[in-house]
Amino acid sequence: MTTAVAETGMIGALATKFRICPATGLRVDLAAERLIKANAVAAVVFLAIGGGFGLLVALTRWPAVHLLSSDLFYLALTAHGLDVLLMWIIFFEMAVLYFASAVILSSRIAAPRWGWVGFVLMIVGALMTNVAVLQGDSSVMFTSYVPMQARPHFYLGLILFAVGALIGCFIFLGTLVIAKEEKTYEGSIPLVTFGALTACIIAVFTIASGAIILIPTFLWSVGYIGHIDSLMYKLVWWAMGHSSQQINVSAHVAIWYLIAAVTVGAKPLSEKVSRTAFLLYILFLQLAAAHHMLVEPGLSSEWKIVNTSYMMYLAVLGSMIHGMTVPGSIEAAQRKSGFTRGVFEWLRKAPWGNPAFAGMFLSLVMFGFLGGISGVVLGTEQLNIMMHNTLYVPGHFHATVVAGTTLAFMAVTYLVVPLIFQREIVWPKLAKIQPYLFGIGASGISLFMMGAGTLGVARRHWDITFPALDVTLPYGYSPAASLMMGLNGLSAILAATGGVLYVAIVVASILFGKKVDASNAVAALGPMPKKVVHDAVAKYGDAGTWHLPGTYVLVGLFFTTFILYYFVNWKYLSELWPMQ
Amino acid sequence: MAEQPKTDSPAAPLERIPFMQRVLDNPFLLLFAGVVVPAVIYILWGVMEISQIPLVK
Ligand code: HEM
Ligand SMILES: [Cu+2]
Repeated sequence: MTTAVAETGMIGALATKFRICPATGLRVDLAAERLIKANAVAAVVFLAIGGGFGLLVALTRWPAVHLLSSDLFYLALTAHGLDVLLMWIIFFEMAVLYFASAVILSSRIAAPRWGWVGFVLMIVGALMTNVAVLQGDSSVMFTSYVPMQARPHFYLGLILFAVGALIGCFIFLGTLVIAKEEKTYEGSIPLVTFGALTACIIAVFTIASGAIILIPTFLWSVGYIGHIDSLMYKLVWWAMGHSSQQINVSAHVAIWYLIAAVTVGAKPLSEKVSRTAFLLYILFLQLAAAHHMLVEPGLSSEWKIVNTSYMMYLAVLGSMIHGMTVPGSIEAAQRKSGFTRGVFEWLRKAPWGNPAFAGMFLSLVMFGFLGGISGVVLGTEQLNIMMHNTLYVPGHFHATVVAGTTLAFMAVTYLVVPLIFQREIVWPKLAKIQPYLFGIGASGISLFMMGAGTLGVARRHWDITFPALDVTLPYGYSPAASLMMGLNGLSAILAATGGVLYVAIVVASILFGKKVDASNAVAALGPMPKKVVHDAVAKYGDAGTWHLPGTYVLVGLFFTTFILYYFVNWKYLSELWPMQ
Repeated sequence: MAEQPKTDSPAAPLERIPFMQRVLDNPFLLLFAGVVVPAVIYILWGVMEISQIPLVK
């Protein structure tokens, strides 16, 4: 049996064309490379479209500007949510899955033809859903809660998109099997691949849940099913909607490790600890979907608390482990490179001028401080009631999915363009400031929406002043709420500028960038302290030190902020219901 | 990155791989766990509760 396997392996391997990457020495399957390129390009296109809608939404919610009419506002909001949260992120994740399996393991990719089938399904599905939204009578927002009904092709497009993505997941798993059988790596898979595996597993659950709920909803929209229970819909929909955010978390954590490995040669502090943290994700992260149901009267407190507290905190523990080991591994590597003075020389002398590194570190800090802390607050049943359905919610998830995931994906693009597209980044000076512009803008939208939400401003609402009513309302938002929305608008412009810059740099580099070959392969990856590409990314192995004073200071700062903010919210809560 | 010289002792291949490492090295076992745990604790339990809500007649 072993010989038979080896032989088919050989036949497959013989038919596969590889090139050797001049920067990393990895063997790159050209079929995988083409799939990575196609998915990455599609992702960037949808980011451009969806980001544009985001700007329109933010400018409408700025009372002094109030750009769109109410109809167009909900259309734009629906398109924004779909194009960025689903299309941009999932196309990019397909590229990440192919990269983390075939390229990092130096393996041939499984069934590349199927990869193209999946890609075409995703494109057709994405276009179909976008058309439905732009036609104007499917402004149901990306959650499409029943009994609101969109056109049938809205749901059908999403189903096709999901099937395409599922094919990508199976290709990833198949590639792992091939790499193991053909022994392209030794021992366990590298940590970055393990993180991608985590993302892939969560994706399978996500897509299965999506099928369970979207197929009946599609049949309902064409009239074959009479009724869909709205609470049942929400329950299963969020098994998809929430879990898909956990694909993002797993993928961007894997990317943090990848960028740290390539740019400063960071090795995981402990493979065991980091893998266990990913295992906590696999087991528990998806349960936190229940935080979307915390105010539903039909579900018991036991169900809510088991899913969002006991179990979810295990997943949060996983994130805190990564939050410590990623900077820790950078500190260990930098100290080894000689940056040992004081507590923070390693951080000061990090390659801040390299957009991949800068984007990664900003993503890490903002995901932890803004997204993580606000997420735990929102996920606490008692506190959730204060912020539920306010702008605090989009504020929170723009910290996770924009400042966290999107910025991490942008950062890794600055490595993918030279490594996979084999082009130098054009306009390096602009590329250098791009992560800062986008990062500051994104944390602005996140913070100011959270601020407005704390003041009670509703999410998904066209207006906060209601001049059309032409009466003096007995209740109005405090003037500070308008200020928050204005600052949110300004931050949106900043983030959009960063976004446009990213798209322009990527497109121009792919089209006009100088070709990368052995002579400029390493330089093309941007400034790096050692000017060599380390093989840490493709190897299993620990850094072998826990002497990390700087990281411990950062972790202490994080916990102090966390605890203070958490209890401030309990204090707010106590003021809502004074006990006398 | 040529062949790595075998630095381990000849007995190394016989060494038992720790249980947790074998779990983490098995993607399909992880896939199974990652689908079953939320399917039971979140979906199944939730569906059971919702289906027990009495309907107004
Ligand atoms: C230029 C960048 C962006 C700006 C200015 C922006 C702004 C906004 C604003 C103002 C809202 C509306 C809040 C409301 O009225 O309820 C919103 C909603 C949303 N945004 Fe963004 N956003 C940006 C990028 C992104 C990205 C990159 C993602 C995902 C990766 C994202 C995901 C979402 C989602 C899922 C919603 C919720 C839609 C809904 O409630 O149906 N945004 N965004
Ligand atoms: Cu969630």
